Amino acid sequence: MLFRPREAGPVDCPSDRDADPPMTTPRYSFWSLFREGLRGHGGWTPAWRDASPKRRYDAVIIGGGGHGCATAYYLAKEHGLTNVAVLEKGWLGGGNAGRNTTIVRSNYLYDASAAIYDHAMQLWKGLGRELNFNVMMSHRGVLNLAHDDGEMRQLKRRIEANRLNGVDAEWLDAKQVKDFCPPINITTDVRYPVLGGTLQRSGGVNRHDAVVWGYARAASALGVDIIQNCEVTGIDVAKGRVRGVDTTRGTIHTSKVASVAAAHTSVVAKMVDLRLPIESHPLQALVSEPVKPVLPCVVMSNAVHAYCSQSDKGELVIGAGIDPQLSYTQRGGFHVIEEEIAALLELFPSFSRMKLMRHWAGTVDVCPDASPIISKTPIEGFYVNGGWGTGGWKATPGSGHVFADLVANDAPNAVAAPYTLERFRTGKLVAEHGAAAVAH
Amino acid sequence: MLLIPCPYCGERDQDEFGYGGEANVARPRDPASLDDAAWAEFVFMRTNNKGVFAERWVHAAGCRRWFNVLRDTATDRVLASYRIGEPAPAIHDDGLATPAGEPAIGSGNRPVVGDCGR
Repeated sequence: MLFRPREAGPVDCPSDRDADPPMTTPRYSFWSLFREGLRGHGGWTPAWRDASPKRRYDAVIIGGGGHGCATAYYLAKEHGLTNVAVLEKGWLGGGNAGRNTTIVRSNYLYDASAAIYDHAMQLWKGLGRELNFNVMMSHRGVLNLAHDDGEMRQLKRRIEANRLNGVDAEWLDAKQVKDFCPPINITTDVRYPVLGGTLQRSGGVNRHDAVVWGYARAASALGVDIIQNCEVTGIDVAKGRVRGVDTTRGTIHTSKVASVAAAHTSVVAKMVDLRLPIESHPLQALVSEPVKPVLPCVVMSNAVHAYCSQSDKGELVIGAGIDPQLSYTQRGGFHVIEEEIAALLELFPSFSRMKLMRHWAGTVDVCPDASPIISKTPIEGFYVNGGWGTGGWKATPGSGHVFADLVANDAPNAVAAPYTLERFRTGKLVAEHGAAAVAH
Repeated sequence: MLLIPCPYCGERDQDEFGYGGEANVARPRDPASLDDAAWAEFVFMRTNNKGVFAERWVHAAGCRRWFNVLRDTATDRVLASYRIGEPAPAIHDDGLATPAGEPAIGSGNRPVVGDCGR
């Protein structure tokens, strides 16, 4: 396999310099805020170095979203690998990290899923403190509603499975649901009446930008180069080993390439002629005009196909199911959100006169078993973390943590082991569709 | 929302159609001889390319017939539709211009050519 030729345009040549000029990362604290308040906020410095590429790195991470920056941070912090670059083709956190509905939970059915999502949940709990960056983590509780007997049985089974795995979960009947979340309509004269629901109290929402920026800042402080506007256009492989990457900002030599490219995972994998079971779909989301606090928790419903929370700014953040077709356009169809809003209004009739302010779509990388791929590949030194589908945000810290371990040690740890690419050959899938369904 | 040209009924709203995913994933002729890797390739592995993509649609709320569409997954532009069993038409298209006329670098604005990612 050869370098894919650069198509056109000047590139700045990476130099052999040791590093960018050192930049100290001052600690954020109440006192720094107070001091800067008195000084008119003139003394803040950039949170991370906007690095330009060096000629050689020990490891290159493709993708500067939440998972990519988390991987870089844990590589540097836990494995001492600091000569690492994060290559982001756009701006940091501008892909799916900036387009999701920031719901965090870990109430998955299977042991393998509970292990990785609850690993992430434990990291979320201390993340703001660890990164010295307010990620606005709010453990306000996640409700998953049941609308028929079958779903009720399924959700109760899930609660028992959660408890066995040490994940907090409890059952609420319809009245308890109403007490916990007053705006929900629990009347029975609707198409999908609310019969009850599961509650994970540790679940909640956080701030997407802050998570990515916090990880980038912490990784940069440890010596990682965060390189934006740098798209990987080819991967150099010789004798089955990775030798480097070709980018829009020049060639970089490295022996380890870690792809965390989300929707573009298949595009990156094609550079090394690797076929993956991933399909990229649009996933849409919307926010309403800001209103006073009305929704105290996250509400998800698989049957009516809706999930909703209220941001700290007061906007309702509403998620939809994926559009059926494959697409990289970050655009979805109106009929999908029309159904979504119809479902939401049956749950919350009081929202019917709210105006929607913004609407967007991300591109999600869906695996056939709705579980991610965190894996080595037949190409030595090329690692894949992708296929998170519609539910990657909640896993961000856990995903970065176990992927860093895989990249550093060239072997998966116990949490990452079930997510090997091999499972599609052996048939040992982690089929979470039943447990998580559409509202993932 | 896509406007999909059904080769039997003409252009219709996407809402009338069901999606069948990647086209031309051929069923193995001799299933008994396949090893696990070959089954994985058939059942799970997909092209998922960014560019011209051959896919199947069914006109569920219309003639209820299956057909193939060539669509650019980078732009959602529908390039052609054709009946099952017909060869895919050749596509030659310059793709969308970059916003500020900068050189086409990277995966977002490669020229569109009709190899359907393979």
